[in-house]
Amino acid sequence: METASSQPVSVTVNGTSYERDVEARKLLIHFIRDDLDLTGSHIGCDTGNCGACSVIVNGTLVKSCMMLAVQADGAAIETVEGLADNGELNALQRAFSEQHALQCGYCTPGMLMSATALLRENPSPSEAEIKKGLQGNICRCTGYWNIFEAVKAVAK
Amino acid sequence: MSTTVAPEKVAVPQKGWAGRSVPRKEDKRLVQGDGVFVDDVKRHGMGYLHFVRSPYAHAHIASIDVSKAEEIGGVYGTLTGEEVAALTDPFFQISSAPGANIKDYALAVGKVRYVGEPVVAVVAETRELARDASELVEVAYEPLPAVTDARRAQDEDAPVLHEDAGGNLMWTGVYEWGDVDGAFAEADKVVSISELHFHRFNSTPLETDGAVVEYNRGVGQWTIHCNNQFPGFAAIMMGPAIGCGLDKLRFVTQDIGGGFGNKITSHPQLVVCCLLARKLNRPINWTEWRTDFHLSMSHGNERYFRDTEVAVAEDGTLLGFRTKALDDAGAWLRYEPLGGVIWAQVVPGMYRWRHVKLEFTQVATNKAPVSPNRGYSRMQHLWFTERVIDIVAHELGLDPVEVRKRNYVRADEMPYTTPNGCVYDSGDYAQMLDVALGLVAYDSLEERRRDAERRGKLLGVGIGSTLDSGTNNFGQSRLINPELQFSGNNEVATVKLDIFGEIVVTLGTTPQGQGHETTAAQVVADILGCSIDDVHVRAGHDDYWNSHAGFSGTYASQFAVTGLTAVKGATELLAAEIRKLGSVILGSPEEALELAEGTVRIADNPEAALPFMACGAIINANNAGLPEDLDVTLNCRYVYRPPFEMPDVERKYGNLTLTYAAQVHVAVIEVDPETGAYEVVDYAAVDDCGKRINPQIVEGQVMGATAQAIGAAMHEIFEYDEEGNLLTPNFYDYHVPHALDMPPLRTGAIESPSPFTELGTKGMGEGGGAGIHAICAAVQDALRGHGDAVVWDSHNPYHRVWELLQHPEKSRGRVSVS
Repeated sequence: METASSQPVSVTVNGTSYERDVEARKLLIHFIRDDLDLTGSHIGCDTGNCGACSVIVNGTLVKSCMMLAVQADGAAIETVEGLADNGELNALQRAFSEQHALQCGYCTPGMLMSATALLRENPSPSEAEIKKGLQGNICRCTGYWNIFEAVKAVAK
Repeated sequence: MSTTVAPEKVAVPQKGWAGRSVPRKEDKRLVQGDGVFVDDVKRHGMGYLHFVRSPYAHAHIASIDVSKAEEIGGVYGTLTGEEVAALTDPFFQISSAPGANIKDYALAVGKVRYVGEPVVAVVAETRELARDASELVEVAYEPLPAVTDARRAQDEDAPVLHEDAGGNLMWTGVYEWGDVDGAFAEADKVVSISELHFHRFNSTPLETDGAVVEYNRGVGQWTIHCNNQFPGFAAIMMGPAIGCGLDKLRFVTQDIGGGFGNKITSHPQLVVCCLLARKLNRPINWTEWRTDFHLSMSHGNERYFRDTEVAVAEDGTLLGFRTKALDDAGAWLRYEPLGGVIWAQVVPGMYRWRHVKLEFTQVATNKAPVSPNRGYSRMQHLWFTERVIDIVAHELGLDPVEVRKRNYVRADEMPYTTPNGCVYDSGDYAQMLDVALGLVAYDSLEERRRDAERRGKLLGVGIGSTLDSGTNNFGQSRLINPELQFSGNNEVATVKLDIFGEIVVTLGTTPQGQGHETTAAQVVADILGCSIDDVHVRAGHDDYWNSHAGFSGTYASQFAVTGLTAVKGATELLAAEIRKLGSVILGSPEEALELAEGTVRIADNPEAALPFMACGAIINANNAGLPEDLDVTLNCRYVYRPPFEMPDVERKYGNLTLTYAAQVHVAVIEVDPETGAYEVVDYAAVDDCGKRINPQIVEGQVMGATAQAIGAAMHEIFEYDEEGNLLTPNFYDYHVPHALDMPPLRTGAIESPSPFTELGTKGMGEGGGAGIHAICAAVQDALRGHGDAVVWDSHNPYHRVWELLQHPEKSRGRVSVS
């Protein structure tokens, strides 16, 4: 079997710079979780359906299982670990807790990143726009209703 | 969305923590990505495990060659079924014969029996390499015919999965209570239903199964970091198979990404991890891929109800029923055939049926093994009873609301003993129905029906009324196999006061989002007179805490009873010890002391107080001069044991569960008659789980169960073709509800405290699957007057509704009235 080729990849994640040699085939989510040890972003499927791995790459919401790590070379990446400020939860994180918008918490990091991207784009989303903005993220615990409430609570 | 509570039944606490919707302690780590899920656990030199899986539903394994895979640099090693058979014994079987005779190992030995069955395990330096190397394992198969339809499994020419069992019959038993023949003789009408079908699906937790397993060669012990939700069960399966004592299997969990019962039966894969950790002398990471999960893990029980007859009096009083339940276990009995008795926790559903006969048969098929799924086995049976109610009402021209109210067990009959000796502890089902109907403005539905018709839509309303029986009496397993030595139930908690006054709680449970850290802290804080912020509940489960017993885990709707009563017991022991110590130090009799504001103090003189910090310091680090007979450790362990008797195996009679939470759901749908597509336009879910320690958490469970039921009723199915290929092996084909699928929801609650539990609580996490029934009934109602089709399947995707509209006579042919 051919050994896969590696190449250097430089990224900043939540403002911190990283440089690693990465196999060309490695998915961005595995790079973030395994190589950078940022395990907040999760994996829930093999097909790009679930959104548990959602991160923001150069300002755009991305399912990081649908992108190779080498494609992120030079990118600025935001993950769930960057939302709080020195352990102080941001408004969206607080709203998720107050509205009981999470149970097992496995989808939550991806859900938070999708909601973050939505609110940046549209600070005052309607309920229909909230649903559309979160359509790419599967939650199996909550039925989404309280997640909608949490996003509404921080919408302007 | 709005939440309505029937206020007269709910007491909002004036003081204290229990009963309040405090935000969860777990949330702070989870919203920051600081949870520790199993795949987040890393160990030096860890190898990644990938399974080579069967591409055939049924085949002999002629040969296996792992040499090409093992030659690759970075591949650490492999494990085959042949090695497993040499190193382990087959798993203990719960079943009596013939199911008892099957030989189940952690990997396929000699034969494969379903597509996706693990055949070889490959371990390598990276996930990707393990997967690639798996492709180089050469397995020669000799394909065999497969059986995928439970109804064909006992045919003479059916392929046999387990020759050791002599056929595909795994377990069968006849349940009969009351005077069934008498009920039918007395009946004014008999409604016959030839066949109903409950489909195969599961809750598909977003985190798949996984483990990181380390072997300590020196002491011969495995540490199993995992997301198994019932370590007590896994241990009794794995220990005898591996040939080790249970103290050699240390289970550790922290955060688990959903379980819903689907993470109970990972013991075969965990055995493979254990064998490889020992063989390769390195930690093993097994993280299931989504497709692997769909192919091989924990499908919910598929069940047929055949030759059903219902005895009904002229006025709509239900007298009795008889039916034959045919359950499809899939290829292995991993928790089965317990489904063959678990349904009996709710024999008459919510109704006063006194005469019941049910012949239960479970067969093996060439499909993935089934095991518990939220609502396990009761959901299937309750769907059946609800379907029967609505079909009877429909055929006899009765109002489904009136039939329910006439036949529901009444509040003044509680506690109510069912025909098979189960005791419904408390509840007011008719009131719940009224609340639910009110939430969807039932009085104005005829107007809305006409409005829908003007828009070319058919409006339907359906009710699902179910029970969520909780806290199992494991003695019911003897109804399946009288030889089994299980009965009762238990759960453990420890509470201690440490040197600096830290209140530390450990649980035996394995929460997957149910908020145990929070509700346990609420119970502790009320007893110790402190804030929940002062109570540290350790996250997850660890056998090293010694806070577990044989039935420890998080399954079967029981934490609010077993877990919290254990917490209460341990905390009361600790409180008594703090008083005892306070009495010595403060020189005051214990009766004069109170626990408040994080101190033990003299009630009449609060300034004479000993802070918990001082208590902890004295006992743990500054104890010279204390009285010799002061029996205080400030480290208390309590085992809660529910009050159960052994069921009568001969009569199949006895109390099988301690509590009965109840759900009434009402769905309003609109069907497009041109296409069969339909939308849920209004939905109410009313729950009664007795005393709620944290109403917001309870409501969250209700919402989640509702969403899963809607998904199951409309979209989700593990569907196989005739050759045994799974057609829905990922989230593309297996459609779970997304944000845009969610209907408006109104929730309601009443509280009927359980007289049988110390806190008045009832387990409630499974939710009974009421939504499945509500949607089925709503579809049938929408089609009333438009062919009058009979909804006979629990799964009604749009194309099936279209078929019901196009060919109503096909479904109508299933029902007759005499």
